[in-house]
Amino acid sequence: MRALLLTLALLCAAPAFAQAPAPFTTRDQTSAEELELQRALQGGTISGRVSIPDTKSGNLVQPEGENWRQFHNRTLYTVGAVAVCGVLGLLWLFYTMKGRIRIAGGPSGRTMQRFNLLERTNHWMVASSFIVLMLSGLNLTFGRYIILPTLGPEAFTTLSMWGKVAHNFLSFPFVLGLVVMFLLWAKDNLPHPRDLEWLKMGGGFIGRGHPEAGRFNAGQKGVFWITMLGGAAVAVTGYILVFPFFVTDIAGQQLAHMIHGVLAMLMIAAILAHIYIGSVGMEGAVDAMTTGQVDYNWAREHHSLWVDQELAKARTTIDPGAKTAGAD
Amino acid sequence: MARMKFLCDADRCIECNACVTACKNEHEVPWGINRRRVVTLNDGKPGERSISMACMHCTDAPCAAVCPVNCFYTTADAIVLHDKDLCIGCGYCFYACPFGAPQYPRVGNFGGRGKMDKCTYCAGGPQADNSAAEYIQYGANRIAEGKLPLCAEMCSTKALLAGDGDIIASIYRERVSKRGYGSGAWGWRTAYKEGVQA
Repeated sequence: MRALLLTLALLCAAPAFAQAPAPFTTRDQTSAEELELQRALQGGTISGRVSIPDTKSGNLVQPEGENWRQFHNRTLYTVGAVAVCGVLGLLWLFYTMKGRIRIAGGPSGRTMQRFNLLERTNHWMVASSFIVLMLSGLNLTFGRYIILPTLGPEAFTTLSMWGKVAHNFLSFPFVLGLVVMFLLWAKDNLPHPRDLEWLKMGGGFIGRGHPEAGRFNAGQKGVFWITMLGGAAVAVTGYILVFPFFVTDIAGQQLAHMIHGVLAMLMIAAILAHIYIGSVGMEGAVDAMTTGQVDYNWAREHHSLWVDQELAKARTTIDPGAKTAGAD
Repeated sequence: MARMKFLCDADRCIECNACVTACKNEHEVPWGINRRRVVTLNDGKPGERSISMACMHCTDAPCAAVCPVNCFYTTADAIVLHDKDLCIGCGYCFYACPFGAPQYPRVGNFGGRGKMDKCTYCAGGPQADNSAAEYIQYGANRIAEGKLPLCAEMCSTKALLAGDGDIIASIYRERVSKRGYGSGAWGWRTAYKEGVQA
């Protein structure tokens, strides 16, 4: 009974301790329950002094770990599964309903350069490192449930260990590629009023007709800025995780992981759609990133303003009297 | 089987760090790794408390739940252990652990994490009991010899109790009722989802 009264008294007094950890002066409680701990936990984490150099070990109890567990095992798992499976499902649906988007006028047989060697090399550096980062990252969330039962513990650890090493090291070419990509393409990806028109017409995918577009259409601009902004946020949070406790404490590490995980899942979903439309989804699209030479009719249909620009540029730079391709 | 637990009587702990030293010596724990530490709250103020903290060997352990390679296992005595041959040093267990128990040697890239190390409740690991391989990876296996963790055995004030949960809880209850005060079984609700009823 006395213990009960004390519990009540402490609960009533609890808000007074909400700000700073208060000294534990109540010596008269005869309860063996964790009343002091509960009281101290009003302020969240409990920290004290330790005599060892590892200052973060002064953190006695951090109840936020439970929230992080819920995030990692439920939220991230669900977000990832819905995002990845959802996009794959939508793409499959789109493919079965609309099939491959053909060049309406058929291939002309004449090509023009869309991306130069530097642009293509940089794209594939980002792309290849992204794919490894994606697979090794997804492995940390889903591997335990999908791959571990089939591979067995030892082989799965070997795989995950290499995945971790690859994830850490490939972040560097990925981030370098993002910087170069920004310098190469940012100016052509600035928003323009015609992007709204493009979006209204569903980019020609869902609606009918081909909306006008410059070098990059609104969809590509979307992918570009998702890659840039998402990539920057994922890179910053990722380096916080790679160098643990250099810049932040346990709460910061948990937050960095949460941002990193959710943004990465959403980026994976966006990039899966990008991979689809750049390969099986559209005839002629993949040439832009392989040989760099796209079919003239493809370019006309999807990037009419850019084609006009390129042709105008070509006319001003040719020798007088020379016969130009595309001018006949 | 017994349900092994730790209980630190904060009203008895004098922050002598004998538990920390005993642990480091018994298991030859390397530099920079502390399986057990003593945290002093309200240092130098009225109501100062010191609490010896290590892995509490939780019921439904968060570390085991978040491990991407599922390297944790629980013994019949409810001791939470892990397999270092499977650990990849990702650090997730440290984010989830409410007590900051997992420790990582700095051997990885960029001064990152090596394979996780933590309190084994002096119960070694998955290698053969008291083999050389087990000792190198996890330290001594006192449980296999029928002994309790050395930190609690070395405790000069018997603040740190280790053993079957019911037995150490009854010892603590008796102390609290005899001396008329007690600051509670720190971390029990978090670790074992149950307190020590007065």
